[in-house]
Amino acid sequence: MFLLIEQLLNGLQFGLLLFLLAAGLTLVFGIMDFVNLAHGSLYMMGAYFAATFVGWTGSFVLGAILALAATLLLGIALEFVALRHLYGRDHLDQVLATFGLILFFNDMVRLIWGPAGLALPLPAWLTTPVQLLPGVYYPAYRLSIIVVALLVAALLYLVVMRTRIGMLIRAGASNREMIGALGINIKLLFTLVFGLGAALAGLAGLMQAPILTVQIGMGENILILAFVIIVIGGIGSIRGAFLAAIFVGLIDTLGRAFLPDLLRKVLSGAAASTAAPALSSMLIYLLMAIVLVVRPEGLFPAAKR
Amino acid sequence: MADPLLRVDNLVRRFGGILATDNLSLEVPRGELHAIIGPNGAGKTTLISQLTGQLAPNSGTIHFAGRDITRLPPYRRSALGLARSFQITSLLKDFTAIDNVALAVQAHDGHSFRFWGDARKERHLRDAARAALQRVGLAARADVLVSELSHGEQRELELAVALATRPQLLLLDEPMAGLGVTESARMVTLLKELRKEFTIVLVEHDMEAVFALADRITVLVYGRVIACDVPDAIRRHEEVKRAYLGEQHAVTRHG
Amino acid sequence: MKSKLNASNAVVTVVCAALLLLPVYSAVTGNIFILTLLTRIIIFALAASSLNLIMGYGGMMSFGHAAYLGIGGYAVGILAAEGIGSGFIQWPVALAVSALFALVIGSLSLRTRGVYFIMITLAFAQMTYYVASALSRYGGDDGLTIYKRSTFDGLINLSDRTQFYYLCLGCLFGGLYLIWRIVNSRFGLVVQGVRSNEQRMQAIGFPAYRYRLTCFVIAGTICGLAGALLANNTDFVSPAVMYWTRSGDLMVMVILGGMGSLFGPLIGAIVYLVLEELLSQFTEYWALIMGPLLLLIVLFARGGIMGLLGRVRRG
Repeated sequence: MFLLIEQLLNGLQFGLLLFLLAAGLTLVFGIMDFVNLAHGSLYMMGAYFAATFVGWTGSFVLGAILALAATLLLGIALEFVALRHLYGRDHLDQVLATFGLILFFNDMVRLIWGPAGLALPLPAWLTTPVQLLPGVYYPAYRLSIIVVALLVAALLYLVVMRTRIGMLIRAGASNREMIGALGINIKLLFTLVFGLGAALAGLAGLMQAPILTVQIGMGENILILAFVIIVIGGIGSIRGAFLAAIFVGLIDTLGRAFLPDLLRKVLSGAAASTAAPALSSMLIYLLMAIVLVVRPEGLFPAAKR
Repeated sequence: MADPLLRVDNLVRRFGGILATDNLSLEVPRGELHAIIGPNGAGKTTLISQLTGQLAPNSGTIHFAGRDITRLPPYRRSALGLARSFQITSLLKDFTAIDNVALAVQAHDGHSFRFWGDARKERHLRDAARAALQRVGLAARADVLVSELSHGEQRELELAVALATRPQLLLLDEPMAGLGVTESARMVTLLKELRKEFTIVLVEHDMEAVFALADRITVLVYGRVIACDVPDAIRRHEEVKRAYLGEQHAVTRHG
Repeated sequence: MKSKLNASNAVVTVVCAALLLLPVYSAVTGNIFILTLLTRIIIFALAASSLNLIMGYGGMMSFGHAAYLGIGGYAVGILAAEGIGSGFIQWPVALAVSALFALVIGSLSLRTRGVYFIMITLAFAQMTYYVASALSRYGGDDGLTIYKRSTFDGLINLSDRTQFYYLCLGCLFGGLYLIWRIVNSRFGLVVQGVRSNEQRMQAIGFPAYRYRLTCFVIAGTICGLAGALLANNTDFVSPAVMYWTRSGDLMVMVILGGMGSLFGPLIGAIVYLVLEELLSQFTEYWALIMGPLLLLIVLFARGGIMGLLGRVRRG
């Protein structure tokens, strides 16, 4: 029972993290119709920046804030230098160009930080377990990820639903021509949205850093997950991304935790131990395939183009 | 009386709360040129889409040559002899004119799961395609890429592609759209020729052409048939005048 | 097809002649390295050409094409590990499994369009990646060493460098010839027509889905052959050959060379892999140059190299 609660929380935490990544991706995709494979690189850069800045400043919080700012700036610079020239191009062109950027970022990280991964140690106050219910303990750091991500999600919701910029973002996601017709400075809006997406990716990366090792290529696996999420959720839909992210986080985590035991009940031990890891890794892809076959536009498509 | 070639019974199609096709029935006997007119938003395009199979009706049936085709996909309807032209020109833009037509011939010449022989060297495909191009006056432009044809030529090519499928029924969705005066006149002449051979359903905004060509005219308003009769009767029809012809009345007298 | 005397034809002719004569050069100079490199390039060119069939001619932007490299490779590797060394069994199995896999994922993926199609093919490829990683009996994550290359008794010896090279080259030329015939056949015209305007093709009477699916399966099968060759070339197969960045590499080769041009993928594979080789000799951080180079190619040379050489793309 405690294990289940713990795994549920882990799933929620992973899902929220995925949401941070997927939110930026789906905004950029929805508004600018831009497929950004390099989004995972921004996630990686967030983690590396955090590891570095925490080391320099000696403060986890300060380092994290600096890392966030750095990723934001990097994202804006990236948009300004390269990506804005790719708006309006084929998706294929975009895939290719941003694929090139992944290669670039991976090697740049290798050049600067070396091929070995980095560790980002937690400060003492975040390592102690917190008692949630009598007898139920949960790591403080994971709990704080949940809190921070929920806060960011709420903030994002408010920005998108309640502010003028948010209105433009929503309008853009459902009808791109319209924002042009409104005479808005699209270039600025795009840069802003891209920077926001980059910062969210960086935040996800730096929060994940203490749990996993900070290493080259860390952005690629999770990027695919984020894509799965926005495809399941429906491209351009923040709400869809949120729900799909939680869903995927839970399924992935619970699958990994409980599938081996479940399989052992039906299969022989050897077969189960072979099938379980494969099946639990595949679960979400399977989910996406099913969703796409049943609803080719995702579960919550943004208003029709 | 013999079965009509096309028979539509009680067709209904809703979009949300809007009835785009409202219990519509229609009969087109063989050999007729049947025009469908109506103001913008009358549901002409919705009707065409249902006839061609792009869009499924909510209820009602469509019979073609005695068969119920209501649920058939577009390619099956084409195989039965129902050909269409598109309102907005829809061709293979990066293909030559003759390739466009030859593909239409090929579609009705056995299956195309043939992987080896050079299709562009199949004489009978090319000859039939050339004949169809000749028919619409495009023979000299056979090897030009569609994207390099003029708008008028593309409209004619649309027609050639439809002809090449050797149809029983031609469904022409505004063939004059965007044509200049001379081009329109050429198209009317061409349609006058074609009507001798084919049953034609013509959706068209050009009233002059419609009244010059049609055997019978169906008038659609808000998805409903408000009149269906010979041109002279339609001209005199009170409801049609009120609902539709009003400001264009002057034009129809030329017909 | 009209044959024209132009820059791209000249380049293709020179490249093909050079490929044919390479073993002679290698034997004379004793430069074995170049033969090994070119064998690898030829295999990837075959894989990229099969991708070009669906992507360039069929308009199906598959981002999971490397899956077939793995499937073909694992078919050879697993059979070899189980003691079945005959290529007469291994290779047909490799092709059949690739075709079957393409049929299954194609029949599901082809219901979607655009970015959704890109993503769903990617997802399926990732699934096979994880399946391979979980095959603990066959090396799991670490991959599977193939101790003996496929045997074709009395026909050809794959362990002989030159014979293997010519086998690969034969497969490539054979594959290209097949693709060329297909592209100009009735079937090929239909597939290209569907790429250009699916609605129109439906309206003149073609069930587009079946044609696309068939094309998808053909491409997957050809790439499965490339996978069998690759496994024999490296004497090893691992999940890494199916990782999504591999699919990305294949896409890059196709686009770099020129999508929808018969020899484009060959030129693309040569340029991409030679560049990778040269840059990695010059610096460990070759991707620092390669990455931005890709970006520049996309921005400024959209038709790929064949496009730059002035070939007019035909429908």
